[in-house]
Amino acid sequence: MSLDEFFVTGDPLILASQIAIGLTMIGLIALITYLKRWKWLWNEWFTTVDHKKIGIMYIISGVLMFFRGGVDGLLMKAQTSRPELEFLDAQHYDEIFTTHGVIMILFMAMPLLIGLMNVVIPLQIGARDVAFPKLNALSFWLFFAGAMLFNVSFVIGGSPDAGWTSYFPLAGKEFTPGVGNNYYAIALQIAGIGTLATGINFVVTIIKMRAPGMTWMRLPIFVWSTFITSIIIVAAFPIFTVALAYMTLDRLFGTHFFTVANGGDPMLWLNLFWLWGHPEVYIVVLPAFGMFSEVIATFARKNLYGYKSMVYAVAGIAFLSMLVWVHHFYTMGNSAAVNSIFSLTTMMIAIPTGVKIFNWLFTLRKGRIEFSTAMLWSLAFIPCFTIGGVTGVMLAMAAADYQYHNTMFLVAHFHYVLIPGVVFAVFAGLYYWWPKMFGFKLNEKIGKWHFWLFVIGFNMTFMPMFFVGLDGMSRRMYTYSASTGWAGWLGFSAIGSIILAAGFAALCYNIYWSFRYASRDVGNDPWNGRTLEWATASPAPHYNFAKVPEVDRLDAYWYMKKEGNTGLKKSDLKPVHMPSNSWTPIFLAVVFGVVGFFLVFEWFTLAILASIGIVVGLVANSFDYDDGYHISVEELADEEREWRGDLQ
Amino acid sequence: MSTKTNHFPWNHLIGFVLSIALTLLAVFVAFNTDFSKTVIVWVIGILAIFQALIQLFMFMHVTEGKEGMINVVNMVYSIFLALVIVFGSIWVLTSGHAAMH
Amino acid sequence: MTSHANNMPLEYKTQQSQMNILGFWVFLGAEIVLFSTLFASYFVLEHNTAGGPTGQDIFILKDVLIETFLLLTSSFTCGLAIHSMRSHHKTGLMVWTIVTLLLGAGFLYMEINEFIHYVHEGASIQTSGFTAAFFTLLGTHGAHVTFGIFWISLLLIQLARRGITEKTASKFFIASLYWHFLDVVWIFIFTFVYLKGMVM
Ligand code: HEM
Ligand SMILES: [Cu+2]
Repeated sequence: MSLDEFFVTGDPLILASQIAIGLTMIGLIALITYLKRWKWLWNEWFTTVDHKKIGIMYIISGVLMFFRGGVDGLLMKAQTSRPELEFLDAQHYDEIFTTHGVIMILFMAMPLLIGLMNVVIPLQIGARDVAFPKLNALSFWLFFAGAMLFNVSFVIGGSPDAGWTSYFPLAGKEFTPGVGNNYYAIALQIAGIGTLATGINFVVTIIKMRAPGMTWMRLPIFVWSTFITSIIIVAAFPIFTVALAYMTLDRLFGTHFFTVANGGDPMLWLNLFWLWGHPEVYIVVLPAFGMFSEVIATFARKNLYGYKSMVYAVAGIAFLSMLVWVHHFYTMGNSAAVNSIFSLTTMMIAIPTGVKIFNWLFTLRKGRIEFSTAMLWSLAFIPCFTIGGVTGVMLAMAAADYQYHNTMFLVAHFHYVLIPGVVFAVFAGLYYWWPKMFGFKLNEKIGKWHFWLFVIGFNMTFMPMFFVGLDGMSRRMYTYSASTGWAGWLGFSAIGSIILAAGFAALCYNIYWSFRYASRDVGNDPWNGRTLEWATASPAPHYNFAKVPEVDRLDAYWYMKKEGNTGLKKSDLKPVHMPSNSWTPIFLAVVFGVVGFFLVFEWFTLAILASIGIVVGLVANSFDYDDGYHISVEELADEEREWRGDLQ
Repeated sequence: MSTKTNHFPWNHLIGFVLSIALTLLAVFVAFNTDFSKTVIVWVIGILAIFQALIQLFMFMHVTEGKEGMINVVNMVYSIFLALVIVFGSIWVLTSGHAAMH
Repeated sequence: MTSHANNMPLEYKTQQSQMNILGFWVFLGAEIVLFSTLFASYFVLEHNTAGGPTGQDIFILKDVLIETFLLLTSSFTCGLAIHSMRSHHKTGLMVWTIVTLLLGAGFLYMEINEFIHYVHEGASIQTSGFTAAFFTLLGTHGAHVTFGIFWISLLLIQLARRGITEKTASKFFIASLYWHFLDVVWIFIFTFVYLKGMVM
């Protein structure tokens, strides 16, 4: 393979990015070396097993990926803003919607949610860390390796271009011979293993590490939704693992799982993809539901209405989520019985979802609502998401779906679900938990700019897609003729996407501004919260709680404050056991990334050689009997005095 | 469940003998009986499930430990998923158009 | 960290061990899903032989039965190993574990030969939808067995060095769950791939 096949060449946009990426890398390395920060990075971040730091790394990666995916989105909007534009050609458009879809779902939504779960869940259940801290670090680094590998495709070798769903036979070697779809199969595999490990980790954490007295019906609702989400992860990701392995075998080793000839079955890919893919959309939306519930209860100053029905609703959604996958391919010639049954199960999901919407509304009713930025996102979520949900029920009817399928109506629908359901939630969560992570709040005023620009931009961008979709515009069309009459709608939509981008810029500016200027004096409980994470300092100390709080009801911290027992007696302190840092997670992930890269290019000898690194990492891990260390009572007392004043 | 288990491991032995017997029985049913193919598959399928349960209860002690109940729920749920995946995929992919060629 | 429930076996002594064991059960749940997907795909592609050999053409009952007995016996000896461990019998644990691994290696040897035989019969992984699904299902199981042999060998070294402690005990217990689980998967392969393939 020659060098100009290896690097993607011939496109000025990509060339500019290659140069920019190269310069940024050199700049970063130079900067870190100049500031002598390598050791600090290694000790404090790269080898950390602290759930809060891992969470923060997830969040940083998620925001970066949001930027990448967002630029992809803007490029597509620019291309379709006028009829017959030649800004992007068809191939380029294909690559961009593919990377946009994959990155937004797997490398933006997932890490942002898992990041917030990491930061918040142990704190909310009064635990010192997750059940398997080292595995948690491995999860993060595998995700990161997968994400980087996927992103590299755009400058080295070429991007995948068969859609985020990578349907066969198109995604097979016959029709897409380049390495692009190898990247898809292998990068997602690596990230997926990390996600599966996260699922297992959180299931065990929530079962085994709850504070004394925190029975199942006293769990904060975000913990419940994380628990259920983790169960769905464990249930669904192995399916994707298998599907991707088949894809890899088909593309790299000439097997016939999904090919048209030699007894393959392209429909099998669809079936497996959506067996995972539908649960996946619930994996991204359920934690978000949990976050909204927390934020709404806090800023309405009321306990969550219908807590138990909320729990049952989440569980019901999880159960049904495994039974609806065919609604993504009604039009592909299933029998009438199949389509009818899956129509039914799909529509049934609207019931528990409706329950949740009404619970939020009833929580708001007669609340003393405080319109903080976090609350604004939650309030905007309800109507926007309802539009997404109602159009979803329209799509759920198999017969009607023959009309909507693969049109822009569908694209509008899932953006109306995913953006309010995930992005708004992540924003709400970031504004809400930011002080717990960093010890200062994001600026509320810039926050309002962020909010209004983003929400208005979002509706302007995606509302028109419903109409052009009903008017017959299919998805993934890179251009159209003026005679279709869509130019007005799509131009309007493109303008909307600029406003949307301005909203994102406002968030970035807000982060910058707040880092520099925001008051560091926020106390441990800036929002008058209800759950345990607010009972400890902001930012949370590395040991989380000097003494694990005892819980005697729901919203425990709220009542602790009321009854005035939030103090800490020195005599109650005991040494705290902490896990040690470890180099194996990052090492293993780097090796996985390298092996993956070699596999993408089908350099098998190199791949096998590099795999020795995996063996080394696993053996080292098996022989690791490190027991962690203890923080002494004196150290604890000193750190606690810093924010509590004197201990009792 | 006790720390000292010095007694003879009867239940392992019984489990082992049963699994060998069930295996042979399945072979016998498959090759030496006149049942229809559907019946054969059902019978050997049920025998397989028995064997799996033997492993699960007699060798793996699912119900043991503080989380015995949770383990059982976990396994039941996983089996439910297995059935959905297997029968769901077969149903979806072999009825409809797929069935016509 | 130790929760002193007195009649708990050693491997359940610490909170961390309990979590490891529970976590492994959850992982086995994921493994069930993984293998179900492999089975589902196999059932869908089973008849797509594309002119190549069918299962009936190539399967040999005798070899498969030997593999089955090797694996069933290894599951039994693995149980005996854990039984010895619970009686704090280090040599017993060692010996039964080694026997288990040898039986596992025997199984692998048979399986590899079987695969080579199939390739000679004109059924390689690239031949058809059927062979692709067949080799992937069997191969994934075989890879698990291989991984298990290496993993448990590492545990044996740790056992020799450290003896039966809370930590080594929970590691062995978890490995035993893994090993029994592979036997469960094999039972279904034996029944629904081989027997069913030979009679239908
Ligand atoms: C930042 C604002 C966003 C913009 C401007 C945007 C825009 C678009 C556009 C124009 C398409 C392609 C339509 C087509 O021609 O078929 C698309 C597809 C898609 N978007 Fe977005 N989007 C945004 C955010 C998101 C988010 C937050 C998610 C998920 C969490 C997401 C997930 C997807 C997916 C899965 C596809 C389908 C890709 C495919 O066809 O394979 N998008 N988006
Ligand atoms: Cu769906």
